[in-house]
Amino acid sequence: MKDVTLKHRRAGFALEAEFDLHGARVTALFGPSGAGKSTIIAAIAGLFRPDRGRITIAGETVFDSQSGIFVPPRERRIGVMFQDLRLFPHLSVEANLLYGWRRAASRPARGSADKVVELLGLSQLLKRRPHALSGGERSRVALGRALLMGPRALLLDEPLASLDAARKAEILPYFEEIVRETRIPMLYVSHALDEIARLADRIVLLNGGHVLAEGPVFEVTSRLDLFAGTQLIPGTVLPATVLRHDEAHGLSEIVAGGEVLVVPRVTQSPGGEIRIRIDAEDIMLSLSRLDAVSANNVLPAFIADIRESGPHADVQLQVAGARLVARITRRSLQRLGLSPGMPVFAVIKSVTVGGREG
Amino acid sequence: MGGILTAAEWQALLLSLRVALAAVVFDLPFAFAAALLLARCRFPGKWLVDGIIHLPLVLPPVALGYLLLISLGTRAPLGAFLLANFGVRFVFSWTGAALASAILTFPFQVRAIRLSLESQEAGLSDAAGTLGAGALDRLFTLHLPLAAPGILAGVITAFAACLGEFGAIITFVSNIPGETRTIPLAIYTAIQSPGGETAAARLAAISILLALAGLVLADSAGRRARASIGR
Repeated sequence: MKDVTLKHRRAGFALEAEFDLHGARVTALFGPSGAGKSTIIAAIAGLFRPDRGRITIAGETVFDSQSGIFVPPRERRIGVMFQDLRLFPHLSVEANLLYGWRRAASRPARGSADKVVELLGLSQLLKRRPHALSGGERSRVALGRALLMGPRALLLDEPLASLDAARKAEILPYFEEIVRETRIPMLYVSHALDEIARLADRIVLLNGGHVLAEGPVFEVTSRLDLFAGTQLIPGTVLPATVLRHDEAHGLSEIVAGGEVLVVPRVTQSPGGEIRIRIDAEDIMLSLSRLDAVSANNVLPAFIADIRESGPHADVQLQVAGARLVARITRRSLQRLGLSPGMPVFAVIKSVTVGGREG
Repeated sequence: MGGILTAAEWQALLLSLRVALAAVVFDLPFAFAAALLLARCRFPGKWLVDGIIHLPLVLPPVALGYLLLISLGTRAPLGAFLLANFGVRFVFSWTGAALASAILTFPFQVRAIRLSLESQEAGLSDAAGTLGAGALDRLFTLHLPLAAPGILAGVITAFAACLGEFGAIITFVSNIPGETRTIPLAIYTAIQSPGGETAAARLAAISILLALAGLVLADSAGRRARASIGR
């Protein structure tokens, strides 16, 4: 039986989802808005009683409709970072951070609490009130507050959705740091593939209240069948190893899926593990090897599968030891006469290097 | 004392403040509980409870004074019981004036506190729950401090309304100098006596100054309370 099994019906919406949480540090709950992500978070946190189902967190069943178990939220020890943060406006940053810590039976030691505060860069803000903070600072306080209660699991409900791109870029490294530094299993809700690509180990793809797929992030993101009808743009996330740096050009060579790729200089040393993301719209297909092209990364590939929807055709490519997804137009598909089994060249326009290792 | 005010004026002023303060302080816990009940709970007959709480707003004060007199007078069963067992006597006493004022201004406190409770984001309570706070804990660390501006507004409005109370007091506890003759009753007495116009005008001026002071105080206190919860 899965860790989370939920059936809940309310006006105009039916949630019927089951998925696992164990075996991964960060599980991404990924799907478009209205897919039921926040409902699942609220159910796991205990903020409402689902019609039917069972929820097991870190080996303890906190909800089971059959045997009538419903552990109230305050006894679940599940940290939640809400989309709207919900900082207490009448309390200082310090009192906000310590609200859960003071009430936790198995709270982190003062020293490790201080370390979290340090890690999140909050030491200078402790005396301030939430309304005197920037959006990014508020997010960090909310994350810190959830961490300091010593949670068995952490639920992050679109924690970056309210931030602009610049703030997001400022906050993401903190999340990566927290993922590196703590052993707390996290459920990270998002509809942004770039966040998930950087943070998640496993992904649960949700649409219309149903789980479409779940599995390791590297596998799920390269599948073709999942993204049709979700409004989400596919993209492949791959593990990679740093090969060498090309200091003269400010570039690094990395190995991903058995192929060497050239990317902007990464901070990791040769041999270091990184992960990369290649968006489907950043891959062009060519029938001949293009030598006179500005793209650095042109890989020979075979077409594994093709799925057409609307004006697009998503083409799954087998490249040495990995699968990539390219999104082209159906017109190009016809013009080039592409079909499964054909050899092509994948011209990769851009590779995004994620901060997380492995 | 003395100086600008006569002894009788001081007496009326201090008595008014004492009656109003006692009424407001006595009301507050009940008003908070009633506000919490109306803001947070659903139960059958809620409309009736809501109506009873607001009744003093529409009830003629003289009628209330009369009702209090016939139920708490020393010869009425309840009044006799209180006097015999607790030595409590409301009639012809300043405590009776405070009781009448408390009943009449109760809705002011309830309304202001209820509004401030209803405007609190429900999400904050959920967040406190996930952080390990139980219902009572949340009441004292979240709902009560966040309701501070509403509590303050309610207390000040009720206090001001108490200072103006007349009909219920004169009906229930009569017009006894130094015991139940608050400023409004003193003004009434002055007008009734020949050549009392000057005394009435002075007392009216005191009332106005008191009201102005109250407004200024309420404004600055309200601002501070709102700032404390980040509004």
